[in-house]
Amino acid sequence: MGLFNELWKGLKVTGGTMLRTIAGSELVTTEYPKETRQKPQRFHGRHVLNRYPDGMEKCIGCELCAGACPADCIHVRGANNDPENPTSPGERYGYIYEINMLRCIFCGLCVEACPTEAITMTHLFEMSTTNRQDAIYTREELLMDRSGNVPHMFPDEKLGDLDELESADGWMRATAPSGMAAYEGVKMWRDTAGSRSWDPEPPQEEADRASRPGEENNG
Amino acid sequence: MTWAEFGVVVLRVVLTFGLLMVLTILNVWLERKLLADMQSRIGPNRAGPFGILQTVADGLKLFFKESITPRKVELGMYVLAPFLAVIPAFLIFMMVPWGAPFMIGDQEVILQGADLNIGLLFILAMSSMAVYAVVLAGWSSGSKYPLIGGVRATAQAISYEAAMGLSMVAVVMFTATQGDGGTLSLSEIVNRQAGTWGDVIPVLQPVLQFVPRWNIFPQIVAFVIFFVAIVAETNRAPFDLVEAEQEIVGGFHTEYSGMRFAMFFLAEYVNIFSMSAIAATLFLGGWNGPTFDDVLPGFISALLPTVYFLLKTYAIVFLFFWIRATLPRLRYDQLMTLGWKRLIPGALGWLVLSTFVIAFRQFGLPWS
Repeated sequence: MGLFNELWKGLKVTGGTMLRTIAGSELVTTEYPKETRQKPQRFHGRHVLNRYPDGMEKCIGCELCAGACPADCIHVRGANNDPENPTSPGERYGYIYEINMLRCIFCGLCVEACPTEAITMTHLFEMSTTNRQDAIYTREELLMDRSGNVPHMFPDEKLGDLDELESADGWMRATAPSGMAAYEGVKMWRDTAGSRSWDPEPPQEEADRASRPGEENNG
Repeated sequence: MTWAEFGVVVLRVVLTFGLLMVLTILNVWLERKLLADMQSRIGPNRAGPFGILQTVADGLKLFFKESITPRKVELGMYVLAPFLAVIPAFLIFMMVPWGAPFMIGDQEVILQGADLNIGLLFILAMSSMAVYAVVLAGWSSGSKYPLIGGVRATAQAISYEAAMGLSMVAVVMFTATQGDGGTLSLSEIVNRQAGTWGDVIPVLQPVLQFVPRWNIFPQIVAFVIFFVAIVAETNRAPFDLVEAEQEIVGGFHTEYSGMRFAMFFLAEYVNIFSMSAIAATLFLGGWNGPTFDDVLPGFISALLPTVYFLLKTYAIVFLFFWIRATLPRLRYDQLMTLGWKRLIPGALGWLVLSTFVIAFRQFGLPWS
């Protein structure tokens, strides 16, 4: 009876899944606010404006990020540095920097466009607000302080895991040219304020081999 | 009729109704939970322990929602259809004996809504009535998707009711040989499945004396056909063309909302349970099972038949859920092919075959 064989094959799949789910080995869902999953290293989360280790801002107000933004959600205006007390090591700095998080599609093109690695992305995505005004992140909210701490809009809320702001920035490393054979294992970015320092990703073949067994964790 | 008799009747009807309501509410939760397990999800787990009160919460929500009446409906039929769905669904279960009879004083209490001598016929009639609800709901909604759903329901019900009836006939004929004359009463069919097959074939007696005297063993083909037919009768996946969400929105209940929709929903789950109960009664021996009268205290052995009945019924209910999680919906022509070219000829063939066997066992070869 071919029909019954086929039927039994299908029933075995669902029945087996049921038993494994009840036993807990195949449960996919996590009860989100109670437990959170490890995010992929290159996760596109909330933006942050970086500083150099000496406390200078990386942003030079060039507006390339605003130009690259496909959603037109970035508004930047540059101003000349005060020669006595410069804000950034260049000629100019971004004195207005706003990102409308309601428009942002988290594509990361701003990160790619930035010539000084001033804007990068973190792992934080819990950014819901109760009004539109709060969704527009200004310079004060985006810029890290001199010791590398990133401000959080609602630091007291349960969902605001501040560690996620620390875990930038696999994405920036990915856009650095270490994918090219000549730059494999070479650090292609400048340090940022705070204790964070990122190592270059291992060469591609090694990285591929290492990531394969853990693929389902990032899926 | 004395007051005592009247009280017993009221008691057993209320008991049956209460059992059905409670179990239906649990079944909705159970299905969602099992379906979630089969899809590696968690399922409802917010309302009450393990989410067991989810259906109560959903029911309360639906109760307080507006029952929208679209402008183009045929109002009378539109309002009547949900009741036509619920009432036959409950009446079907009233026929099913769900526990062993016991005595209160000198009154015998049968755990069954009503013990009609035409029980099976009544069940067939009521399950045909349930189709009217779907058809009328589809037609009176004044909208194309419900109409398509209603038309599909007509065709599907006619096709599969034939197969269901024919497989029942085989069981009824077989039951007639098991006792004193033919019967359509469900309690009598259950009584005739008591005991084991030990005395049938003397050679195999040592083995067969442990096999319960259920109709499923001699009537396995009828059981398979009956099961497929009841899945189709209750409009469950993979035969849920009537309410195929992906093609025709919600089918016949597209235009229904609030309590009216809840009644269709309730009727569907009541039907699943009562059809499974009928399958358990006809083929799996109903509430029959070892009661260990001499070992266990009296009230436990009085309750055990109900436990056996529920176990058997839930085995079939679980099959419903399992198949829903496994099989994709049939195409319309496949549905008709399965019904008319496989199930009905199969049921007829089986009926003829079992008739021959029964006649042979009773009368011997015609030329001898």
